[in-house]
Amino acid sequence: MDTKNSTALQLKKKATKPKGKINTFFVSLYDIHKFILRFFKEAFMPPFEFKEIVRQCYEVGVRSFTLISLTGFIVGLIFTKQSRPSLGQFGATSWLPSLVSIAIMRALAPLVTALIAAGKVGSSIGAELGSMRVTEQIDAMEVSGTKPFKFLVCTRVLATTLTVPILATYTGFIAILGGYVNVATNEGTSFSTYMQQVFDPLTFTDFTSSLIKSIVFGFTIGIVGSYQGYNSTKGTEGVGKAANGAVVTAMFLIFIEEIVIVQITSWFR
Amino acid sequence: MDKPKAPIDYNNAVITIKGLEKSFDDYDVLRGIDLELYQGENLVVLGRSGTGKSVLIKIISGLLHSDKGVITVFGQDINKISDREMQELRIRIGFSFQNSALYDSMTVRQNLEFPLVRNRKDITRAEINDAVESVLDAVGLSQTINQMPSELSGGQRKRIGIARTLILNPEIMLYDEPTAGLDPITCIEINELINEVQQKYKTSSIIITHDLTCAKQTGDRIAMLLDGQFQRQGTFDEVFDTMDERVKPFFDYNFIR
Repeated sequence: MDTKNSTALQLKKKATKPKGKINTFFVSLYDIHKFILRFFKEAFMPPFEFKEIVRQCYEVGVRSFTLISLTGFIVGLIFTKQSRPSLGQFGATSWLPSLVSIAIMRALAPLVTALIAAGKVGSSIGAELGSMRVTEQIDAMEVSGTKPFKFLVCTRVLATTLTVPILATYTGFIAILGGYVNVATNEGTSFSTYMQQVFDPLTFTDFTSSLIKSIVFGFTIGIVGSYQGYNSTKGTEGVGKAANGAVVTAMFLIFIEEIVIVQITSWFR
Repeated sequence: MDKPKAPIDYNNAVITIKGLEKSFDDYDVLRGIDLELYQGENLVVLGRSGTGKSVLIKIISGLLHSDKGVITVFGQDINKISDREMQELRIRIGFSFQNSALYDSMTVRQNLEFPLVRNRKDITRAEINDAVESVLDAVGLSQTINQMPSELSGGQRKRIGIARTLILNPEIMLYDEPTAGLDPITCIEINELINEVQQKYKTSSIIITHDLTCAKQTGDRIAMLLDGQFQRQGTFDEVFDTMDERVKPFFDYNFIR
């Protein structure tokens, strides 16, 4: 090859190559946008990987179940315990069950569940897919005429989207039980009375907003974990970065989504 | 072991490459590759590490895109076909990866079944079982059917990787460093397997390697990749019967012939 031409070509490439963090940010944003569109394009087109979706739902549930149970119970117990002195100053401790239920159903249950799932499930998806990428397992699927995106990404995103709302509902009930332990210990309230006081202030909007939030959080955890893992590079270092990126990005987005959804819900109250 | 003779149809090129170029950032890996793979032929692409050998077969299989050039596989220009056509084409091409790339969360059976059940919708359970047993028998590893990839040796993993590609009855096989990281005896076994696949499945193959024993034992033709271009092509003896200072050291460090 002519050396002069070759050097000119290299210089041209250098000149046209995008530079800087801002460029990288916009390129990443474009890639994520394409990744999400690809998910919606492939997830609802046959053939469907039902068996793999069920397996992934089971994985997501099992991975988070113990931690969510424990955390949910403690959140309910501590929240009730910490709120008691403030309400006690106004002689309003009888309002504790209502306060607990509103706080838990509207905010704490979906948020706590999503943060735990982001840590446990999101990182695991990032690491698993990242490892498959660097060991060429995804390429192997691609060259054998199968669709790795559908089998690996769509199934995981659908699994988190379906499972996180179930886990959030479960966390809510466990947290309410945690609150009951505190209320029963201090006031001797019966379980049926406590439950009645818990459900009285809740509205249909509370349940739907909580459900919508959990679905959005579940989708975020799945898509971020999958994106990080599926596009992982640079060997084992890349796998670590994918796992880490999956958790950090998902948590950040969950808080942003929480603010947005709370604002939107407040317009309907 | 000498390379067994295979019937090669020199009038029928299954892969034709013209003027292929590929760069990564500022590094030009392939700088104008011209190549033809004939029906029934084992073509060995030799070259030092980092010369773009693996990049070449990844472009052929559609895993990477070329910057320039025309790549025709079974008469179809892979840069111009749709995703669906590419997917159909890939079923006719087997790709054996350097590190085998077995799905480590699946057993050997599940690894072999995976491409089959997703590409042959009307296949029955009995046919799947027959196909799995047949390819495992072909690579001599029937006893590993229920094992996990982590329980297999390097040589066994290579064989299962080849079996997984054979299950779709490919017409072209692409081997990426088939003997890398294996002991000399296992290397010879893998070379024999490559020749058996050529004979039994009537495949045309591109074998990427820097192992001269592998090249000599499996190649009907050798192409030497240097500085992003094929510098020499021919039989093993023709390629190395040279005083070319870029080719000679490659041969001098190996002790066969």
